[in-house]
Amino acid sequence: MTILFGVPLSVLLGQLLLGLINGAFYALLSLGLAIIFGLLRIINFAHGALYMLGAFVTLLSLQYLGVNYWFALFLAPLSVGLIGMLIEKYLLRRITGEDHLYGLLLTFGLALIIEGVFVKLFGVSGSSYPMPDALKGGFNLGFMFLPKYRAWVIVAALIVCFVTWYMIERTRLGSYLRAGTENPKLMQAFGINVPLLITLTYGYGAALAAFAGVLAAPIYPVSPGMGANLLIVVFAVVVIGGMGSIMGAIVTGLLMGLIEGLTKVFYPEAANTVVFLVMVLVLLVRPAGLFGKET
Amino acid sequence: MKGLRKAIALVVAAGLLSSTAQAAISDDEIRIGYLADMSGTYRDLSGPGGLESLKMAVEDFGGQVNGKKIVIFNADDLNKPDVGANTVRQWIDEKNVDVVTGLVATSVVMAVNKIVEQENKLALISGSASSALTNEFCSPNHIHWVYDTYALSNGTAHAVLQEGGKDWFILAADYAFGHALEADITKVIEAEGGKVVGKVRHPFPSNDFSSYILQAQGSGAEVVALANAGADLVNALQTASQFGLSQSGQKLAGMVVFLNDVHSMGLEVTQGLMLTTGWYWDMNDETREWAQRYHKRVGRMPTMAQAGVYSSTIHYLNAVKATDSDDSQVVRSKMIETPINDMFAKNGKIREDGRMVHDMYLAQVKTPAESKSEWDLYNILRTIPGEQAYRSLADSQCKLIKN
Amino acid sequence: MSEAIKNPEQQQRIRVERERRVAASRRNKIFFAVFIVIALVAPFGIYPVFLMKLLCFALFACAFNLLLGYAGLLSFGHAAFLATGGYITGFVLTEYSGLGTELGILAGTAASAALGLGFGLLAIRRQGIYFAMITLALAQLVFFMFMQSSFTGGENGLQGVPRGHLFGFIDLQDNLNMYYFVLAIFLFGFLLIQRTIHSPYGQVLKAIRENEPRAISLGYNVDAHKLLAFVLSAALTGLAGATKTVVFQLASLTDAHWHMSGEVILMTLLGGVGTVLGPFVGASIVVTLQTYLSNSPLGEWVHVILGVIFVLCVLMFRAGIVGWFSKLIQKNFK
Repeated sequence: MTILFGVPLSVLLGQLLLGLINGAFYALLSLGLAIIFGLLRIINFAHGALYMLGAFVTLLSLQYLGVNYWFALFLAPLSVGLIGMLIEKYLLRRITGEDHLYGLLLTFGLALIIEGVFVKLFGVSGSSYPMPDALKGGFNLGFMFLPKYRAWVIVAALIVCFVTWYMIERTRLGSYLRAGTENPKLMQAFGINVPLLITLTYGYGAALAAFAGVLAAPIYPVSPGMGANLLIVVFAVVVIGGMGSIMGAIVTGLLMGLIEGLTKVFYPEAANTVVFLVMVLVLLVRPAGLFGKET
Repeated sequence: MKGLRKAIALVVAAGLLSSTAQAAISDDEIRIGYLADMSGTYRDLSGPGGLESLKMAVEDFGGQVNGKKIVIFNADDLNKPDVGANTVRQWIDEKNVDVVTGLVATSVVMAVNKIVEQENKLALISGSASSALTNEFCSPNHIHWVYDTYALSNGTAHAVLQEGGKDWFILAADYAFGHALEADITKVIEAEGGKVVGKVRHPFPSNDFSSYILQAQGSGAEVVALANAGADLVNALQTASQFGLSQSGQKLAGMVVFLNDVHSMGLEVTQGLMLTTGWYWDMNDETREWAQRYHKRVGRMPTMAQAGVYSSTIHYLNAVKATDSDDSQVVRSKMIETPINDMFAKNGKIREDGRMVHDMYLAQVKTPAESKSEWDLYNILRTIPGEQAYRSLADSQCKLIKN
Repeated sequence: MSEAIKNPEQQQRIRVERERRVAASRRNKIFFAVFIVIALVAPFGIYPVFLMKLLCFALFACAFNLLLGYAGLLSFGHAAFLATGGYITGFVLTEYSGLGTELGILAGTAASAALGLGFGLLAIRRQGIYFAMITLALAQLVFFMFMQSSFTGGENGLQGVPRGHLFGFIDLQDNLNMYYFVLAIFLFGFLLIQRTIHSPYGQVLKAIRENEPRAISLGYNVDAHKLLAFVLSAALTGLAGATKTVVFQLASLTDAHWHMSGEVILMTLLGGVGTVLGPFVGASIVVTLQTYLSNSPLGEWVHVILGVIFVLCVLMFRAGIVGWFSKLIQKNFK
């Protein structure tokens, strides 16, 4: 048995794999945040609440409509995406052009409202969502037992991340979006409906958060506070990656998952805090984040 | 300004003197304050349900003691020691509250106890777990009613060790409560020839337990002890179930498991879990009868904490009636004199250190097949006599015990 | 201002501006006098401990407003200073129980100022959201340190901090004595901030906030000015935290949690960023809401109500309550 830093290699491999899976989660959540900030310049403090909404739509649609997990994977992002679009159109639209501070505060207030209402309706204890049958059980990898569902999480998250990145960086729609946010008047002159594009973008970011929520439902307790604890960690990931960078969010998410995983082996008490240490160190050396551009 | 203040101080002093002079009921009212987490993670342990228990006790008592009305105040402590302590301080300063009950999060309870001791009032603790409350932090102003970490960990650890689990892995929450549990279990394990082969402390609260469960699996231990509570416990158990921990032969022992936790997790995940409890609704006719009444008002079956609120309140009111006083020390002496034999406790007795010692029960969570109704969740395996369950006075560090 | 010859219209405008400023200053002095009178008699009618909580949070909000409203820097980590002031003071007063209370509070304030210097040196070069995020990250590290330290009592908090004696002989256990002490501290902090704003340094700060590149081109050491504002803000926040710990005889992790950083932003925004009375008004409203709402039937809606207030403030009352009032007065009472 090879020992590395006092820990058997097999144990380390298992922890790294788990870290990667968590990282995929972070990547998915940071992606939504990065899109909303990078393209709309809104610091979306409601992201955690949208994630929670996705998980709850999944849970409630099963309980009341009998919608199964596989349908929820589409239903939740669509419905929460719609909610996101309404939020953008009727609330965020009113403060475009103002200081970033106001977007942050408005979305923070929204998060308080959404989470508060859900606590009132559903209490604080988490509910459990049944594991979909096709993903029960796991693979014996030798160095660990990997639940099938966790393997599915990393695959699904990475696919969605890649598709999103491709759409924004490589397609015409994406280029309209990027141009539209840099110079909206010019784009409107070309006949492109910039306000609609902005609304759709926020909706897409919200849908990404909700998709993460669906992925979370079978493995984490579905509770109104589930997004709040994750939120500042995800923010830290986005800042480390560089606030406008799509690729930065994905890569940093995965990286932070790995770093956190290692921390859980060597100094577990610090597992919730290590991301902030990394953020301070990175910002000292690269003020705009790992992949960010100085503005 | 000075003259005015002196005058006010004199008036206040006169008022105080007149109210503590005789063993009489001050303000002609018995004022009970209920403080608990009403909206946070411990809401279902005591919370609004415990308030109902309190109201039931007051109503069953007739709403008055010796002709003096009983008034109830309640507040949400938000699980924060400063909020809890300030509420109690204000209750005592402004409303002359006589007794505080409920009391869940240990950090809140410790802060509240300091104030209650300073003002010489009384606190009846039903929700909190820490055995330190009647040990190094004991005081003549509070009584710990329902359970504590010593009794729970002792009972469960003993039982599991006797079944043959010698090598243990401890997963503990990284704060005072988790550390205390970890220490308590380790003592029991080593006293009976067992061994702690590994342990890990997770941040409180934690979001993802996969890494810790993996460490537990890799340790080779026969038993994995969960020294945490609430959302962390639920999360840990669910993750253990996903990673097939029980299926691969390791046994799970939950140190602080409540009825509402088992109910919210469901029997799929928790079946077979061994735990110790201070009370269960389905033990005998008396418990069932009270629990049904509670269920009608609240819509859920009561936890041991909620039952404890009822029991401690009735006992307190009986003592007030007998002594016709709401002076904390007078009532406390009477409560210690009187044994407790009600639907909550058999052979219950309050010790000088404030610990209400009563029989505890070893339970195991039913399988889904065994359970016949929503709240039919436990099999009571055996009774653990009070004297065995709790820390003996000989081991006590309490300042009130002359050792 | 150049003394060039102005035409009658310009002269008229300058005269009106001057009159308005004089009227505003007179109005402020009246408000202040009224406030002092109310503050002196309030503890005889309202529960003094509640008033003290209000004053501590008002000082916290004023200190935060100095940084946000006048220096233009949004910090998301001010909870770290509140907690440092609280824990250090609590520790000193518990360990050295013979020490006068004022020395304990001084220790907490000094520690907080030192921490502010540390944060400031690391953060001051960044702008906008990056500055905010660095302060948040540093505050999280401080939170972790406090959680892991044994002297803080971790989750249980530092309990049983003695109120002690002021200057060795005034017994602060008496709520009335304590109240006047806290009032004196608040007034000290408040007046210090006012003097700072109206000093030459304050003018430079204002120039930096309105047009930083221009201030740099004029030769001002912008970083040094911002750093001083940050340290001052941190020190006064620490003072608020230290005083609060003595009032409640308790310091807990709640003070270091990032929600606390968010709360002070809410108080300042609600009252009116960059106004004189704003932070006090905002703090009073939020503290009152939290105290009295959570014990009413509306208790479960506290967070929702705070959230709605946040949203309404951002959408409609961006100048805050005081700012809105000022505009109202200016419009109607010319």
